[in-house]
Amino acid sequence: MAPPEAVPQVPEAAGDTAATVLEARSVSKRFPGVVALDDVTFSLRAGETHALVGENGAGKSTLIKVLTGVYRPDGGELRMTGEPVRFSRPFEAQQAGISTIYQEVNLVPLMSVARNIFLGREPRNRFGLIDFARMHRETGDLLDGFGVRVDPRRPLHTLGVGTQQMVALARAVSVNAQVVIMDEPTSSLEPREVETLFRVIERLRGQGIAVLYVSHRMDELYRICDRVTVLRDGRHIHTGDLADLDRMQLVSMMLGRDLSEVRRSGVTSFAAEGHEAARTPVLTATGLSSRLQLHDISVSLYAGEVLGLGGLLGSGRSETAKALSGALPLDKGELTVDGTTLKRLTPAAAIRAGISLLPEDRKAEGIVPGLSVRENIVLAAMPRLSRAGVVSRAKQDRIVDIFMKRLRIKASSPEQKVGELSGGNQQKVLLARWLCLEPKVLLLDEPTRGIDVGAKAEVQSLIDDLAREGLAVLLISSDIEELIEGADRIVVLRGGAVAGELSGDDVAEDRLLEVLADHAPQPADRDPAAQEDPR
Amino acid sequence: MNETKPATAAPAPAAPKAPAARPAAGPEQTGRQRAAELLQRQGVLAVLLTVVIAASFIYPTFASLDNARGVTIQASFLAVVALGMTMVIITGGIDLSVGSVFALGGVLAAWASQYGFLAALLLPLVVCGGIGLLNGFLIARGNMAPFIVTLATLLGARGLLLALTDEGATTYLVPKDSAFGELGQGSVWGFGYPIIIALVLFGAGGLVLQRTSFGQSLFAVGGSSDAATLMGLPVARTKILVYTLSGLLAGLAGALNAARLSSGVTIVGVGMELDAISAVVIGGTLLIGGAGSISGTLWGVLLLAVIQNLINQIGSLNSSYQSVVSGGFLIVVVVAQRYLARSRRST
Amino acid sequence: MTQTAVAPPAKSDKPHESASPLARLRDPAWYQRYGVYVAVAVVLLFNALFTDHFMTADNFRTQLVQVAPIVIVALGMALVIGTEGVDLSVGSTMALAAAFLPLYLGYGLVPALVVSLLAGAVVGAVNGALVSLVGLQPIVATLALFVGGRGLALVMADGQLKQIVNPDLLSLGTGSFLGIPLVVLIAGVLAVAVAFLVQRTTFGRQVVAIGGNRSAAALAGLPVKRVLIGVYVLCGVLAALAGILATARLTASDPSSLGTLMELSAITAVVVGGTPLNGGSVRVLGTVAGALLMQLLRATLVKHDLPDSTAQIAQAAIIIAAVYVARERRSR
Repeated sequence: MAPPEAVPQVPEAAGDTAATVLEARSVSKRFPGVVALDDVTFSLRAGETHALVGENGAGKSTLIKVLTGVYRPDGGELRMTGEPVRFSRPFEAQQAGISTIYQEVNLVPLMSVARNIFLGREPRNRFGLIDFARMHRETGDLLDGFGVRVDPRRPLHTLGVGTQQMVALARAVSVNAQVVIMDEPTSSLEPREVETLFRVIERLRGQGIAVLYVSHRMDELYRICDRVTVLRDGRHIHTGDLADLDRMQLVSMMLGRDLSEVRRSGVTSFAAEGHEAARTPVLTATGLSSRLQLHDISVSLYAGEVLGLGGLLGSGRSETAKALSGALPLDKGELTVDGTTLKRLTPAAAIRAGISLLPEDRKAEGIVPGLSVRENIVLAAMPRLSRAGVVSRAKQDRIVDIFMKRLRIKASSPEQKVGELSGGNQQKVLLARWLCLEPKVLLLDEPTRGIDVGAKAEVQSLIDDLAREGLAVLLISSDIEELIEGADRIVVLRGGAVAGELSGDDVAEDRLLEVLADHAPQPADRDPAAQEDPR
Repeated sequence: MNETKPATAAPAPAAPKAPAARPAAGPEQTGRQRAAELLQRQGVLAVLLTVVIAASFIYPTFASLDNARGVTIQASFLAVVALGMTMVIITGGIDLSVGSVFALGGVLAAWASQYGFLAALLLPLVVCGGIGLLNGFLIARGNMAPFIVTLATLLGARGLLLALTDEGATTYLVPKDSAFGELGQGSVWGFGYPIIIALVLFGAGGLVLQRTSFGQSLFAVGGSSDAATLMGLPVARTKILVYTLSGLLAGLAGALNAARLSSGVTIVGVGMELDAISAVVIGGTLLIGGAGSISGTLWGVLLLAVIQNLINQIGSLNSSYQSVVSGGFLIVVVVAQRYLARSRRST
Repeated sequence: MTQTAVAPPAKSDKPHESASPLARLRDPAWYQRYGVYVAVAVVLLFNALFTDHFMTADNFRTQLVQVAPIVIVALGMALVIGTEGVDLSVGSTMALAAAFLPLYLGYGLVPALVVSLLAGAVVGAVNGALVSLVGLQPIVATLALFVGGRGLALVMADGQLKQIVNPDLLSLGTGSFLGIPLVVLIAGVLAVAVAFLVQRTTFGRQVVAIGGNRSAAALAGLPVKRVLIGVYVLCGVLAALAGILATARLTASDPSSLGTLMELSAITAVVVGGTPLNGGSVRVLGTVAGALLMQLLRATLVKHDLPDSTAQIAQAAIIIAAVYVARERRSR
């Protein structure tokens, strides 16, 4: 973990309780092996729009789930207007006046607009049956107030995502909410829809409703938010007026870098000098486009270099890596490996061409937890290690032995289940899976996230070694030191498009932060829509 | 009790699984979407009408009032079972135990009929409702897969039935001229009481499904269990209730059948769960849950009954064509549903 | 935003190998894995003590012959369940295979066998295609052939029970080799073959990996669709073979009742044998033991003059218990 601390900010003293509606005091939440929230204190005032920011793993989602009753905190307490509250189910939080709208619309797609809004609290007529006339009328009125005109009878899934989001918001507000939590509400909205959303937020502000606004889009935060709370690594870093911070300060707080601090080199385990890159690219991607996710991205990777892929959360980093490995369906674009253009873009074809991807989500897309270390390592290489479909244990053991030693994988034996290993060792197992294929291009998506310091250092020097041995490495990391010191060149993404490229002496923190926090308007062709998971 | 355990719930709301946000079409519903909806809703009725009209021309005996009475009384028992099944399937579940429960209900009713009308009606309801409750409890609270739980109770209920009848050797008879027997054999204008009971239940079922909060929560649980939980609906309670209801209806159908046959026949109901599921799915209810209608199920049941009747009319055909036809229908319908759902999402 | 992992401790490397025997008894995972063998041992012990004429070669022979078709079907089912699927159509597939036999026996035993097995393969291919290509849930996909398969079999057989007179086929059911009934021998060989397939072949390991984490398997370049179709085809062929053997033993092709509730017996054997319903692991030996356990249990009850109904209720309870134990382990 990055040792430097940001300006130690004392959390808001609970002095101005008069205006405070919701408060979290010293809230902690632990999961097996992970402290997701560590003594977090923060408060929401009536009528304010409060930004909650932080990079991956900062604890934003966990905090939201604690506030909405999905998780119960292990320590600390929640207070609503000064009174301690405990929520054991989401329903109780809603009853207390906390409504939430999620990034993925959490409504029932096949049910009608009106039914979704009134689900669980339908108006009844005198026979105790649902009064649809009234339900439809009230739905129409409610949505009219948001400037949305839609037939309340239409099934939700026939609407655009933005309209669905409005319906979710209408539901959230219509339950007499005092607090509305919005988790990345604009990530799938069109610009026009974003404007509508902002108008609604203004209205809520006027009604004295507190909005907790979670987003990674700087423009939006500065437009509508009054105050901001920054979380990092599960800890509270800062709360204060947004106007007092400029973008650079905010971004550096999120990333755990302080500009006033002298850049110290050697924090990571990367060698100081760069690598000798080849002259011709081994992998060239041109015009990668995927509806709502990637916009005309072109990158080249040279043998023997580490190319960093920078960008804030949601900028399309992981999607780009997925696209390069054939795992993201593309509308346009092609991949050329060593001069040969790939005909079909599938993971299998990319692997055959020598491209390997270490995915970001180790648990969901990487390890097969119930299988042994040995089997996880040879998973992709199995056809090569078998004859006539029968796997050769001798060949497997040889390979597994080599890589367990080389990567120093700590397991009781190659037969231990991967699910029982620590995060760092799981990551090394995945690296071994790809390295034993002898790839030409290695795409690493957050290779050191969630692993311990020792393993992190080992993985970093391994990346160095691999590049020196002539592999082309693409490195994605939210750890800015890792990116700066590890990469020879950095391509920065924003909103699913290339925002800039840093090379030579420009590969430095201040330059990177500048591009990341860019004040300039977004590129015109940028489609501000979905950056969620490609599935 | 907290439904969403931190260990199982994905740690972030953006968990890729959540199927809720579908990149839907523009603001306007396209013609293709509407056609798809219409096909889903009314397709089976159109097929039913076509078959009935065609058959009436080809087989004069088919269009007689007597035949209509016969077809509907045959269909009424399956209809009552399929009513419960519809609700279960709308929640995204399945109940394979209904065939056995149907038979058990019949045996219990026949045995209890010696103690009077009320006993004959209540005993099967209590026991079969209990089996449904057990199903629901194991599925909702025990977090077990519906198909395996109800497969086990299919076996258990059949075992119970055999235990009650000396391994199937004893057939309890309904006393002659009893009120309970009349329930199965009496009729209005030649249409048996079971038909009327089934129609009343379908009317009530339709009201419950469309016009009550419970009905709405069935759709919500089946459409998106996660969303339903987040919206504060009692998901577990809804599931328990719906399996209980299915058990009750299967038991009632069994009792009615016993009343009609004047005896608790032990070998009925084998494979009935399949007929019920077929009828429900053919009726346009999505097997993955979240959408469906009671009326569709009614048409589905009638369609199966009409096909059965036609196969009998033709005479030369083996009666097993029935299941070939329903199996074929089933494949066509589920594959079509799958593609309709896809086209609806991606225009 | 896919994980909240911040800094997991470095020291969680140790597996829980040092668990004391007592602690192990409280671990549901242990029961899931070894419970079936313990249960088989207990049933055998009980019978050795309290049941006359149970521990005899003759009795075992009978029990094994009866369990053989279930074992064969359960082997295929275990593979399917290993991919997080299920195949409800196995009973109907047996009936279908049985119905084909008498139609083609006129051309000799081998053509008849080939046609029957092919029928099973076709059923499996349809199931597999519906699951992997169309993307239906396995229960839904296999339901259609569950319903239609038996009907088709009955239609082909004209709803009739047909006596089998072909001596070669009959000898399959009644013959024995070195004192071991052929049926049992075949089941044993298949169990070994499937165990080998699962443990030692690329295909088998891919099946387990796909069941364990489908998206990881796809990202690792595994041919997910092909493997899934292969698994269902294999399950269909095994079910068809079970249908043939059962027919040979019955000396008659009886599509109306052959294999009814077989899907239940097979799933029970697999689940009781410790294969989790949510995929990622296939326990071949456990499956065989699971089938054996249910068979011995029924035999024990029968020998003690307890009726079949009790056996059915006991079986239902055991299924629920096995699924419940397996459920505790679900931690994804």
